[in-house]
Amino acid sequence: MTLWWIGDIVLAAVILPVVVLLLHRVLLAARAIVPSVQSIAATAAAASRDLDAAALLLTTRDQATRTIAGVADYGGSLDVILDDAVPAA
Amino acid sequence: MSVPPLAIAAVGVVLLIAVVLIVAVLVVYLVAVILALRKITAGLDEVIAGVGGIVEKSAPVNEIVAAINGQLDAGVDALEGLLVKKAGLVDAVGLVDGLYAGAAAAGLRNFPDSATIKAPRIAEVYTRGTLTLARLGREAPIAAANPAGPVLRNVEAGSLAARLLYPEIRQSRPERLSRSPVIGTAAPVQYEQREDIGLPRKHMPARAAAGAADSANGASREP
Repeated sequence: MTLWWIGDIVLAAVILPVVVLLLHRVLLAARAIVPSVQSIAATAAAASRDLDAAALLLTTRDQATRTIAGVADYGGSLDVILDDAVPAA
Repeated sequence: MSVPPLAIAAVGVVLLIAVVLIVAVLVVYLVAVILALRKITAGLDEVIAGVGGIVEKSAPVNEIVAAINGQLDAGVDALEGLLVKKAGLVDAVGLVDGLYAGAAAAGLRNFPDSATIKAPRIAEVYTRGTLTLARLGREAPIAAANPAGPVLRNVEAGSLAARLLYPEIRQSRPERLSRSPVIGTAAPVQYEQREDIGLPRKHMPARAAAGAADSANGASREP
């Protein structure tokens, strides 16, 4: 009978506070993650929006190709028109 | 030794209350944790959507940027080669340094020796326009004179010296043109001097004001 009472006291005075403490810590940790995840979600959405212009790189590539082709044509004409440099004596 | 039933019942009740308390605490905290985890899951869904968008949009970037860089590399190679071929390595370095101060230190990309060349101070000899022509035309002084020779431009009479760099027609043409009209107080033709010029108008003419109002109304009616 005495051991039974001791068991009750241990259950109420030790195990119950420990359980409460551990669960409280778990709850605090879980709640601390929420704002971090929300800020990460907002950042990812903003980064995704920033990359909307990446599709314009296709146009940039085409423009660069055409520009370099024009420069090559122009350079070829200049190569024919202009005299080469005279090597220094 | 016999135990009274009432004592056994009291111990049992205390045990039952303790167990119920523990279960209740477990339920309350676990429900709160579940709610927090649901929020985390929802947030992670948004993160995954955003990251998926980033991955999808940035997937072709490497390939496209590499292609653009390849095109630009080819252009730089061609232009550097043409410049060195036409102007010579030393003058090419000087021209580049004259247009972009300090660029000679890096040298030309396809000519590693150019980094060790002391760039001639071509920008002080030629005007900027001449530099541009020097990159383009046969009339460029770099094709007509040795860069190792004396300075082509007299800094105290730079205009004449600069004109002498060009063919005859460009030198003599300004002398054959008619003079510009003379203006100012010593001009042979003096115009009427009015003191009210430049001052604010005292009265708006009635006809002009009416015309301005009509034009404003007409403009507002136009679509």
